[in-house]
Amino acid sequence: MTIAWKGEELAAAIEAFAPDAVIQHNDTDVWVSPASLLDVAAGLRDRPEFRFDLLSSISAVDYIGHYELVYHLTSLPRNMKAVVKVRCGEGRSDPEVPSVTAVWRGADLQEREAWDLMGIRFPGHPNHKRIMLWEGFPGHPLRKDFVTYSQSVIEPEQAHTE
Amino acid sequence: MDVFLDNSLFRNIYCNLASASENCAARGYENALLPDGLQWLAFTLTGVAIIALIVNGVLTGVLGFIWFERRTLARMQNRVGPNRWGPFGMLTPVADAIKTMFKEDISPSDADRFLYNLAPILMVVPLLVVFAVIPFGIGTFVADINVGILFILAVTTMSGLAIVMGAWSSGNRISIFSGLRAVALLISYEIPMALSILGVIMLSGSLALGKIVEAQNVPFILVQPMGFLVFFLASLAEMNRTPFDLTEAESELAAGYLNDYSSMKFGLFFLAEFMAALAGAAVITTLFLSGWRGWEPVPSHFWFFIKMGGVLFLIVWIRSTWPRLRIDQMLAFAWKGLFELTLVNLVLAAILIAIWPEPTTLQLWIMAAINWPVFFAALWLVAKVMGVKPHRVERPARASLYPVAVDEPAPAGEVSER
Amino acid sequence: MSRAAPRQDNLHADMTLKTEPITINIGPQHPSTHGVFRMRVTFDGEVVVDVEPVFGYLHRGSEKLAEERTYTQIVTLTDRMDYVASMTNNQSYILSVEKLAGIEPSPRGVWLRMIAAELQRIASHLVAIGFLIQDLGAWGTPLIYAMREREKILDLFEMLCGARITNSYLRPGGVFMDAPDEFWPALDALLDELPARIDELDDLLTNNEIIVARTVNVAVIDPATMVNASITGPMLRAGGVDWDLRHRDPYDYYERVKFDRPLHTASDNNARYWVRLQEMRESIKIVYQCIEQIEPGPVRPAEVPFLVRPPVGDAYGIVEAPKGELGFYLVSDGGISPYRCHVRAPSLINLTLLREMLVGGMVADMFVSFGSIDINMGEVDR
Repeated sequence: MTIAWKGEELAAAIEAFAPDAVIQHNDTDVWVSPASLLDVAAGLRDRPEFRFDLLSSISAVDYIGHYELVYHLTSLPRNMKAVVKVRCGEGRSDPEVPSVTAVWRGADLQEREAWDLMGIRFPGHPNHKRIMLWEGFPGHPLRKDFVTYSQSVIEPEQAHTE
Repeated sequence: MDVFLDNSLFRNIYCNLASASENCAARGYENALLPDGLQWLAFTLTGVAIIALIVNGVLTGVLGFIWFERRTLARMQNRVGPNRWGPFGMLTPVADAIKTMFKEDISPSDADRFLYNLAPILMVVPLLVVFAVIPFGIGTFVADINVGILFILAVTTMSGLAIVMGAWSSGNRISIFSGLRAVALLISYEIPMALSILGVIMLSGSLALGKIVEAQNVPFILVQPMGFLVFFLASLAEMNRTPFDLTEAESELAAGYLNDYSSMKFGLFFLAEFMAALAGAAVITTLFLSGWRGWEPVPSHFWFFIKMGGVLFLIVWIRSTWPRLRIDQMLAFAWKGLFELTLVNLVLAAILIAIWPEPTTLQLWIMAAINWPVFFAALWLVAKVMGVKPHRVERPARASLYPVAVDEPAPAGEVSER
Repeated sequence: MSRAAPRQDNLHADMTLKTEPITINIGPQHPSTHGVFRMRVTFDGEVVVDVEPVFGYLHRGSEKLAEERTYTQIVTLTDRMDYVASMTNNQSYILSVEKLAGIEPSPRGVWLRMIAAELQRIASHLVAIGFLIQDLGAWGTPLIYAMREREKILDLFEMLCGARITNSYLRPGGVFMDAPDEFWPALDALLDELPARIDELDDLLTNNEIIVARTVNVAVIDPATMVNASITGPMLRAGGVDWDLRHRDPYDYYERVKFDRPLHTASDNNARYWVRLQEMRESIKIVYQCIEQIEPGPVRPAEVPFLVRPPVGDAYGIVEAPKGELGFYLVSDGGISPYRCHVRAPSLINLTLLREMLVGGMVADMFVSFGSIDINMGEVDR
């Protein structure tokens, strides 16, 4: 059975090798600062108490005030999992998080997806291009302020009935 | 004139038109349809009639073969196959042909127009010409030229050229792959193909197909098993059939050289592909399955087409079961496998011919008895040297190669092993 | 791929053969790209020098659509992601919703969805094997043999939920209706027949000389590289990594069933094929055990409302889908539809090492290696 790290313990363990990296934590998750993400990632992968060698997923969430990246990590050798979150783009300014592709190659396509659909930049990514949509697509569709076609256009029949 | 009149097909048509000529009268023909003095017209009409007969006969044969292949493949794959047009769907190829003719004819703007238009014609014509020298029955052939087998080898080489022309001229990069593969195959498989026939030629002492058939008191497939195997495989490669269908590899190159062809130009290529199978089967029947020879009173043509049908079934059967080889494996197969087999075959045949220069039926049986053990021994050796052993599949792991959950006891269930 | 450099000391410099690599777009319309996948490939002769995958031709914005639908309606969106294995898609999504809303599923519903998921795994692996052999150039026969068995499984799905491909069978708390009476004898008949059919495929394909020659030692990847690149599923197990979520992190009732873990050391195309073949046998074992242990009762708890309103928070549910680990990350703001729904798509992430697998191989191997990853474009692009 995979053991999930408690947020409190994980925060303490991260603090042990990367001081000032942890911003806050709750029961399950730990928030780290974008600046220290690379150090934390390398430590989580290599240190014997973690060995999180498999980056399960990177999810980007738009919380209107800020963006959040959620890293779901799995450790095959120790059969453990943990959740690390990174807050970025406070006040909807240009969100930017260092790329973890150097630590986990599995981040490659997922970070491109986060850039394409959520508009979060990943400096250091080897192939920083859009993935699902074409270059020049206006905006990033998964953002909450993205106006979809159906929201922007009133169909003639609809206008008539209204 | 006598040369033409020796040919029964020509004689039957010509002499019924113009029996008044002295050549025909000498052969006992009467009741001329045309008045005397119009022999030139009779000669021309006969030529046109024979060409029409061959072309239409082959086209009908192709339509039949398309239907046969589709139905057979379908049965082997638990499907029904075409069954809508005509009895048992036999008119489906006709409907396909009509549809193909009415398609829009598109040429790519980058195409080299002259070569692009020439390629399909160059593909079809040589295959039609092959049928001219094949004896379909007793005295039923268009021309029994005395270098018939060399003629066939020379003429079929043109199809490789046509593929390269079509591939290059359509200006498509995927097509060019197909053209390059066609050249590689052509160079590799012509050699074992030509060498494998030498045994047959030595046994029969002639290059003429008629003589070769007459010499087969014992079908040469029994006397020359190695020659048959190599010739069959090499002709599969020549006609681009599975497992050697690299030029048209559907799952790799979409349709290879056919990518940019449409309408009847595509139709001609398509036709040529099936015609090649027919021609290959006809040549194999003639060289190794004793051609039109059979037992009375069933007519000789019937025997020929029965044997040809058997070869065609084998071709379809192989297509439905085998995957495709890679280009390097295929060239290695030609040079390391087939080439050696033909050499063994050639040496053995030469020794046997030196012992019995003009073999009787009994001596042919003795040759067969010697050839078969050597055939299996050679096959075993070649397979040993270049074959892929099934056991090369490595044993599956019994434990994880990467550390997984080192702290905890193994979960329920076992790592399965074979 | 290194090519011989032109010899400078050659007096006849003009006569040295000049070659240059050519770049070809494979796809989006190509018989072997399993959908609308596009690769920009550079070839040096028949050898692949560079590959750049281009995604997005089937992008339908499922994640954005999910933000405007209720939790139950999203089940239909998940069907259309990996349309060859919709049951496991539903399962992953439903697990996330149950985690998010704290729903305790009813036992019969869980058993039913385990049966459905394992049958779906067999169907998906059959498709994977069939198309792999089709890519090898066998004209249709193994594919149609595999498809014939898949049809029977789809017939069972039709009995379960009325649909064959896009099932939408699962609901938060279980499944939406109980299996009809005629389902159980039909399932028994299928399970009696399937092992023989899998043996038949095994006999036909595993030791076939051409298949062995074409697949052994092609596209070999190192296990550590695969783990680092987040590759999961049969591809990882073909590399000898004993990682299967059904063992290591059992969800549903997988801890109550026993089954073996097929592993292969070779990590080549043949190993990937072999692992899939063996996993089908293990799935049959699991279905038998599910049938033994299933108990009567409701298929979903009566107290679970049709309009689920999870509390504010997030959840990440992950299952072992036929293609790899399939996860759904859901964020709730307390409303009737998720605030954010992100899919961890195994088909997409398994393509991370595509370049390493293909470069240096030949044109023909390219499509076989690509087919051995077993992707589904509906899931890659979503």
